[in-house]
Amino acid sequence: MSNQGVDPDRRRFLTLSTTVVGGVGVAAAAWPFLASLKPSERAKALGAPVSIDITHLEDGQKLTVAWRGKPVWVIKRTPEMVASLAKVTGELRDAASAEPQQPEYAKNEARAIKPEILVMVGSCTHLGCAPTFRPDHPAPEVDANWQGGFYCPCHGSKFDLAGRVYKGVPAPLNMAVPPHRYVDNNTILVGEDQGAA
Amino acid sequence: MAIVPNPHKTTGLLGWIDDRFPLTKLYKDHLSEYYAPKNFNFWYYFGSLALLVLVNQLLTGIWLVMHYKPEASIAWDSVEALMRDVPYGDLLRYLHSTGASAFFVVVFLHMYRGLLYGSYRKPRELVWLFGALIFLVLMAEAFAGYVLPWGNMSYWGASVIINLFGAIPVIGNDLVIWIQGDYFPSDATLGRLFSLHVIFLPFVLVALVVAHLIALHEVGSNNPDGVEIKKHKDPKTGIPLDGIPFHPYYTVKDVVGVGVFLIIFLGIVFFAPDGGGWLLEKPNFTPANPLATPEHITPAWYFGSFYAMLRAVPDKLLGVLTMGAAVVIIFFVPWLDRSPVKSIRYKGMLSKIALTLFTISFVLLSYYGMQPPTPVGTWVSRVGTVIYFAYFLLMPWYTRAEKTKTEPERVTHAAH
Repeated sequence: MSNQGVDPDRRRFLTLSTTVVGGVGVAAAAWPFLASLKPSERAKALGAPVSIDITHLEDGQKLTVAWRGKPVWVIKRTPEMVASLAKVTGELRDAASAEPQQPEYAKNEARAIKPEILVMVGSCTHLGCAPTFRPDHPAPEVDANWQGGFYCPCHGSKFDLAGRVYKGVPAPLNMAVPPHRYVDNNTILVGEDQGAA
Repeated sequence: MAIVPNPHKTTGLLGWIDDRFPLTKLYKDHLSEYYAPKNFNFWYYFGSLALLVLVNQLLTGIWLVMHYKPEASIAWDSVEALMRDVPYGDLLRYLHSTGASAFFVVVFLHMYRGLLYGSYRKPRELVWLFGALIFLVLMAEAFAGYVLPWGNMSYWGASVIINLFGAIPVIGNDLVIWIQGDYFPSDATLGRLFSLHVIFLPFVLVALVVAHLIALHEVGSNNPDGVEIKKHKDPKTGIPLDGIPFHPYYTVKDVVGVGVFLIIFLGIVFFAPDGGGWLLEKPNFTPANPLATPEHITPAWYFGSFYAMLRAVPDKLLGVLTMGAAVVIIFFVPWLDRSPVKSIRYKGMLSKIALTLFTISFVLLSYYGMQPPTPVGTWVSRVGTVIYFAYFLLMPWYTRAEKTKTEPERVTHAAH
């Protein structure tokens, strides 16, 4: 074969276009591999809403149910507990719940549909540990102005009785309020938004 | 077509092979005619020991997979069955779990040797980079392996580490779900970590070890004096005057190291396989429970330093970035060190102070990373984190500012 009549521009174009087409092929071939890592249909089905009966929940009691593998707490707060929320406002990072850590209908001081019933995902927004429910107060070993709340034993994050995070702790956000609605006065459906029914 | 006779003039079966495959050449290049400096000291045991531990992990790992079942509902039971019912099953598992800790012990000391004697300096930058990649893969491998027994610390360790990706803005939460393959660490997560731990990461690890050794044997080993033995060669043979063949000299020396290592290693395997809770944490002797966090989630000891840095920063994203940077910065060492000499023996006071402070801070970080958070621990971790980074980031200045001693022409070595 002779090298005469070689057109370098033509060769460069062929090399480039082959590379581009090949690259698209590689990307297309990678897709099934990456997409297969997403939650399976079964995992998605198991993430369905959970119904909670709170008929027998007493003042100050905490109920834990599993929803999507996370502990969801239902806590019946006493009027005194609800009143305590205003006393710690100055020490909180996001007292007004500006960050989207709750549905719109829970964007209030009590972070709840009914102020006395708190529905919240019981995992710390730092790294997902389970904070300890510390309604006892005063507790100077936790905080000088402790009015009760949640304390994370992993990295020392502190939250008030509405799950609002304190300043100067590793957790960046208020604890999450899951989508939930009242089916009737004593039944809460976790995983479905209010007004969805 | 006649085969060109091989240059080693081997005959018989070996000659037949050498005519077709560079067997004798490989043996000579990497063992009998690989000339290493004659002044290696104690610190030079840990490379070959790392290789030994790697073989231990591969061998015991193959056997563990014969009994382990990577399914969330039975993984824990399969490990317990291995421990209780399989003849020598507990020994196989403890060799592997203690081997993981031993791997980090020897790799930390091996890396520290590099920092001491400037083994990363030109022309050994790629040796160092391959090594740093090995360290990175080793951390991923250790993490994945730690999750497999599906004990409660496995579970929450996985949750904490995977949730680190949730700190990434915008895509964080979806990324965490994609990594887990579920809304929380579950069977899907266990399956993929098992696959990575026994197939993908070991392949990558072995390939990187081969690349590390090829790069090393291309440029030759550094030594405690940090001077190039290739500068002074025997004019007749071309062999470095201060070089001795790796085999038999260093193979025999390393066998002594292997002996001492095995006494300590097997002592732990036989008599204290959980290391008093430091090698196998107590919460990992209970099965995974997604609804109950262990009282203190602590990382394995070899991640303590990096975990302490994560906790030292009072912001999630910045904490994660700090922890990542602590690993990434290791890759840049060859270009941060601007000293005219390689070895700490001839560097000035600033380098010695810097390395001492770095050593102390690394040990303190490792310790406090395993402790529950306390105000003292947080402040020590913050100071330690600053020193850790200062050691690397200020290196271009203090290595140039200080007065160094003159390197010797030849390695210093008293025959014994």
